[in-house]
Amino acid sequence: MIQIEGLHKRFGKLEVLKGIDLQIRKKEVVSIIGPSGSGKSTLLRCMNLLEEVSAGKVMVDGQDLTSTHTDMNKVRTEMGMVFQQFNLFPHKRVIDNIALAPMEVRKWKRDKAEEKAYALLEKVGLREKANSWPSQLSGGQMQRVAIARALAMDPKVMLFDEPTSALDPEMIGEVLAVMKALAKEGMTMVVVTHEMGFAREVCDRVLFMDEGIIEEEGSPEQLFSHPKKERTRSFLGKVL
Amino acid sequence: MDWSVIVEYKDLFIRGLFYTTILTIGAVLTGLVIGLSLGLMRLSKKLVLYFPAKLYIDIFRGTPLLLQILFIHFAVLPEVAKVFGLSSPDAILSGFVALSLNAGAYIAEIFRGGIQSVEKGQMEAARSLGMSHTQAMRHIILPQAFKRMLPPLGNEFIALLKDSSLVSVIAVNDLIYAAQTTAKVTWERWVPYITAGVLYFILTYLLSRVVFWLEKRYSTEGEGNLDDTN
Ligand SMILES: Nc1ncnc2c1ncn2[C@@H]1O[C@H](COP(=O)(O)OP(=O)(O)OP(=O)(O)O)[C@@H](O)[C@H]1O
Ligand SMILES: [Mg+2]
Repeated sequence: MIQIEGLHKRFGKLEVLKGIDLQIRKKEVVSIIGPSGSGKSTLLRCMNLLEEVSAGKVMVDGQDLTSTHTDMNKVRTEMGMVFQQFNLFPHKRVIDNIALAPMEVRKWKRDKAEEKAYALLEKVGLREKANSWPSQLSGGQMQRVAIARALAMDPKVMLFDEPTSALDPEMIGEVLAVMKALAKEGMTMVVVTHEMGFAREVCDRVLFMDEGIIEEEGSPEQLFSHPKKERTRSFLGKVL
Repeated sequence: MDWSVIVEYKDLFIRGLFYTTILTIGAVLTGLVIGLSLGLMRLSKKLVLYFPAKLYIDIFRGTPLLLQILFIHFAVLPEVAKVFGLSSPDAILSGFVALSLNAGAYIAEIFRGGIQSVEKGQMEAARSLGMSHTQAMRHIILPQAFKRMLPPLGNEFIALLKDSSLVSVIAVNDLIYAAQTTAKVTWERWVPYITAGVLYFILTYLLSRVVFWLEKRYSTEGEGNLDDTN
């Protein structure tokens, strides 16, 4: 599904990703953990080219994103992204937040787009908030709307960048529940997270990043219970 | 104080009011077009777009409007007219050109500020859904930016209305010109200037009401509006 080869990313002189090789298979749920500044967000953002890559290849569904012939707008419709800060459109009601992209990008009629939006709101348990403004929602509700918005384009992959880090503790559960349901349905997911419980319970594979490389990877059981590398051990020691 | 001079010279004031209003509205509209274009150019990463816009904005903001009016009326436009074999332009045209160009520079900065004030995440969210840059600008960035631009735009329009008085130096028949002429001819020192002041005040007051009404109208659409539960 996603294939990354020799990926490097520099911001000016600062090299943030120092050669990443990675494959994400269909229906796989992969989480990326690691200390702050290790390049987790940057790696995720390179997957849909929100960040230009400096060197290396990013392939999604057989398409090379780094090639100038690739229609990035089209590729991005296949990849949903959920942000730490939700990034809902504050000037649009919940329903329009979700229906906008299908109407604009897929050229759907309003009726069809809204029908889809209502179904997705149902799925994230917020149907009654359809006509609210984002500012009227709690953080957990906003993030669930953001997930529904990303799902409206029927993506093949969902990218999550610390979806629960900006939430009050009592709201984390409702968002994780939606993500778990999504994983169960067979959605391919890449999740940058500090929620070790979620990584352990839901993910097929966990990647530990440190200083711009993937230091260690394995099944949750392997990585959490029997880490091989010293850095992984010391990181886990701090967060668990 | 002899108020009858106003009745006597009312045509001059009516014409002044007309010129001041027309000049301001014209300059605002032209300035908006210039300002939006320059503002977008200024935000571009391409040097050929960015640099000329920045130069233009810096020059017009960095020199006095009075100088710009004189320069355009006595130097630039007569030269341009000569090239096309025309006679030198009317003062009103020069005034209009100078005010529009000047307003364009200030409005460009307001546009730029408004667009930049929208969080980076908004563009990213829109792009991550597959929208093009243009679609994202149109549906996500500009509507939010516009709302934030209204107060500074309102201030700019009011400033422009008052600054339009500077065109009286090239003998445009605006309100200041009416007041000065009346004062000179009648030897009445207070009345003509008070009248001009009151008329300017009424104009700026009306304009500020319009801006206030627009702000209110746009702020009821979403964003931080908690009374509208639905
Ligand atoms: N647009 C940018 N310009 C310059 N430097 C950047 C930019 N974005 C990220 N960086 C730098 O790249 C490094 C990696 O950032 P990144 O956001 O990928 O880390 P992270 O692993 O997601 O950290 P966190 O857990 O804090 O979110 C950091 O040192 C950061 O300062
Ligand atoms: Mg991050």
